[in-house]
Amino acid sequence: MDLLNINHLRIEFPSRHGTVVAVDDVSLTVHPGEVLGVVGESGAGKSTIGNAVIGLLEPPGEMTGGHILLKSQQIDTLNPEAKRKIRGRRIGMIFQDPLTSLDPLQTIEQQLVETIDLHLKLGEKKSQERAVDLLRQVGIPDPENRIKNYPHQFSGGMRQRVVIALALCAEPEVIIADEPTTALDVSIQAQILELMRRLCKDKQVGMLIITHDMGVIADITDRVAVMYHGKLVEEGTTEKILGNPDHPYTQSLISAVPRPDIRLRRFPMVNYIEEEGERAKNIDLSTHWLGRVRDYEALEGPLLSLKNLVMTFVTKPALLKRNRMTFNAVDDVSFDIGQGEVFGLVGESGSGKSTVARMVCSLYKPAAGAVNFAGTDLTRIKSENERDFFRRQMQMIFQDPFSSLNGRMRVLDIVAEPIRFHKLASSSREVEQIVMDLLDHVGLGAQAALRFPHEFSGGQRQRISIARALATRPRFLICDEPTSALDVSIQAQILNLLKDLQEELGLTMLFISHDLPVIRQMCDRVGVMKTGKLVEVSATEDLFENPTAAYTRELLDLMPRLDQLSHKGLEVEAG
Amino acid sequence: MISFIFKRLLQSIVVMLTVALIAFSMFRFVGDPINNMVGQDTSQEEREALTERLGLNDPFIEQFGRFVLHAAEGDFGISYKYREPVSKLIEGRLSATLELSFVSAVLALVIGIPAGVYTALRSKGILSKGIMTLSLIGVSLPTFLIGILLILFFGVVLRWLPTFGRGDVVAIGWWTTGFLTASGLKSLILPSITLALFQMTLIMRLVRAEMLEVLRTDFVKFARARGLPDRAVHFKHALKNTLVPVITITGLQLGSLIAFAIITESVFQWPGMGLLFIQAIADVDIPIMAAYLVMIAFFFVIINMVVDILYYTVDPRLRADSAT
Repeated sequence: MDLLNINHLRIEFPSRHGTVVAVDDVSLTVHPGEVLGVVGESGAGKSTIGNAVIGLLEPPGEMTGGHILLKSQQIDTLNPEAKRKIRGRRIGMIFQDPLTSLDPLQTIEQQLVETIDLHLKLGEKKSQERAVDLLRQVGIPDPENRIKNYPHQFSGGMRQRVVIALALCAEPEVIIADEPTTALDVSIQAQILELMRRLCKDKQVGMLIITHDMGVIADITDRVAVMYHGKLVEEGTTEKILGNPDHPYTQSLISAVPRPDIRLRRFPMVNYIEEEGERAKNIDLSTHWLGRVRDYEALEGPLLSLKNLVMTFVTKPALLKRNRMTFNAVDDVSFDIGQGEVFGLVGESGSGKSTVARMVCSLYKPAAGAVNFAGTDLTRIKSENERDFFRRQMQMIFQDPFSSLNGRMRVLDIVAEPIRFHKLASSSREVEQIVMDLLDHVGLGAQAALRFPHEFSGGQRQRISIARALATRPRFLICDEPTSALDVSIQAQILNLLKDLQEELGLTMLFISHDLPVIRQMCDRVGVMKTGKLVEVSATEDLFENPTAAYTRELLDLMPRLDQLSHKGLEVEAG
Repeated sequence: MISFIFKRLLQSIVVMLTVALIAFSMFRFVGDPINNMVGQDTSQEEREALTERLGLNDPFIEQFGRFVLHAAEGDFGISYKYREPVSKLIEGRLSATLELSFVSAVLALVIGIPAGVYTALRSKGILSKGIMTLSLIGVSLPTFLIGILLILFFGVVLRWLPTFGRGDVVAIGWWTTGFLTASGLKSLILPSITLALFQMTLIMRLVRAEMLEVLRTDFVKFARARGLPDRAVHFKHALKNTLVPVITITGLQLGSLIAFAIITESVFQWPGMGLLFIQAIADVDIPIMAAYLVMIAFFFVIINMVVDILYYTVDPRLRADSAT
């Protein structure tokens, strides 16, 4: 028997500019013990489906067509009180961000007992026992004691386990998981997905898992539904969708997924995906300002050389030095980056990779060690002028395209600021011309200059960031997770753009990511970091084919298995 | 926890010493204390003898130290005007101001918090729109005007409530209270409403804004998705999280209730410290001004310390032993 039926669901969001159809005629079925994946990019309407099933559509959204059946009982027409009784009892929900899903002021015991007692009416004592039991089931060590803790005393992965325990409190028949592992590291993601799969099979729960991540889809789902602009474009078994998709959108989506197993020259761009920046006007770099011969002295050896870098943070301040608690975020890290090389730095959150980047561009002052850039130790520079000289040669692209641009400045001023500051152009006319050329070159078009950042999507904003970084004519770029906040298709475009620019301008890059497949596509050499230490440095292909360090092997094993993905239309890089 | 309180105590002492320094310097720079104490016909010898007796020839540090030590014992010298120890003058009026402030604070909290919660939950209802409009009046009208209007309406037109003074008071030790007599309680009503109105609207708007913010968070959504009834979501999860910033602001406001009761006390002729202070300014009665300054600073420091500790107990994330 079908567990959950969604028939011809249509959800509309009325707004001042007419009605937006978020979900358009979508039909899905979930069977007991089955994991159905709903995949699509942001704005595809996949989360809206989850919210509609659990009866928590955000106003002004409303269901204007279709119905939702739970074990043949229509649930979308129930009154609010009856809907509430289904929530948690028969349908459980898991959200994306475990850091914000729990009430910070209550112990997890209070939250678990409250929910268990509400649904199962077991009374205080029995509820407590069940809470401990649930925590044990989701793999929290020492549950009898940990249950007294507050959410902030757990790590992200552990908190997601608590969230899952909360969703399981009353043994629901259906679980809706909305991006359950997006905020987690690969190793934690693998554990959580394994846990969810096991619970699903053991308890014959039907699971609807909403994600944009093909790795998650490949890892856990039995069947997949692909959504695009509110419509269901394709549905089938996971093998079929990943290995042999029919619909052009699915094909393009899958071809944009970074491969862990092969290195591509470029990501193929299928026209189906919109927002591909058209390079209306490429600059002729041989004559343009941007390509003008850089006045850097010829250099023997590596451009950047880190020697025994150490960064220490104080975790518990105290007046007396012996009472102070410190921790080495970066511990004795040394590596070189040759000219024109793309060096990848990979590791889980907290491994210190971003801290290294910040020390390289002098945002942090290292506790010990040297940062040699073009033969000069940046940690010993005293004069502001000299520092500016090096800052100009070194630019950074940040992870979050939403907070890294000043919302009150026009794009023109954002991109022009470094040019003006470093006095790289002779007149304001020239500055404007350069900015427009840069915007053209990164695929935004010159007319973007007069608009404000909020008018752009995440991918377009990241292009603005790139244009801004190029505006000092740097020879060294630091990219700190430049695409991890973006959809796959947009990520593919941005990575293509960075690859092209790197080739055209001969840039040297430090590329930081937690995403191994992305690293494989982008980097020449890779360093693997773990808890502040560099555990392995080797050429990218060697690292992926013959990892030496045990931790690297572990990381590689944790990568989602994407080998079933279709290879249709891919250009594999030779050698 | 203990090191936290200790650190706070140290900071408080520094604040108090600074305020004491300012208060002390008033004696030296605002008028000549001897001139303020003696009559026209006092001879030069007598003046010098008095200066010597009062220790005004001693080095600055010594005088300041003496001032601090005396102040710590509650001795602020003798009022120029009343010829009575300042501590005695304040003693009689402290209870009046504290009772007024206390009632106002309770009023502001008891009405402000529920009104804030209500307007946040029913943000589109007619009643909450009405409350919001009224609250704008509360924020924008000056205190003295509200006081005068209340006097006019309830005191003069309706003749329901007394318009000035504390009514009959009962003395318990040095503390005099108006809580125990009917006329005392009646006299409290108008001034405490006047004083509370601004704080009430402020707290209400703060609670409303914070509550709306909290209601949008993931954990509230997750609580709903677990099927918790609205009552539990709103009051158990949302309200408690709302209160963390509210406690801070309320603490600061409570301090200013005591400090800025001056205007209300003047309008209602309330025999409190504020009224004493206003008169002291008119008379350049520096010992009273200095004492008032130090007292108010003391209240602020104490209240803030209590708030910090409260904050600490409400929000487990601030506890130092939380790192696991």
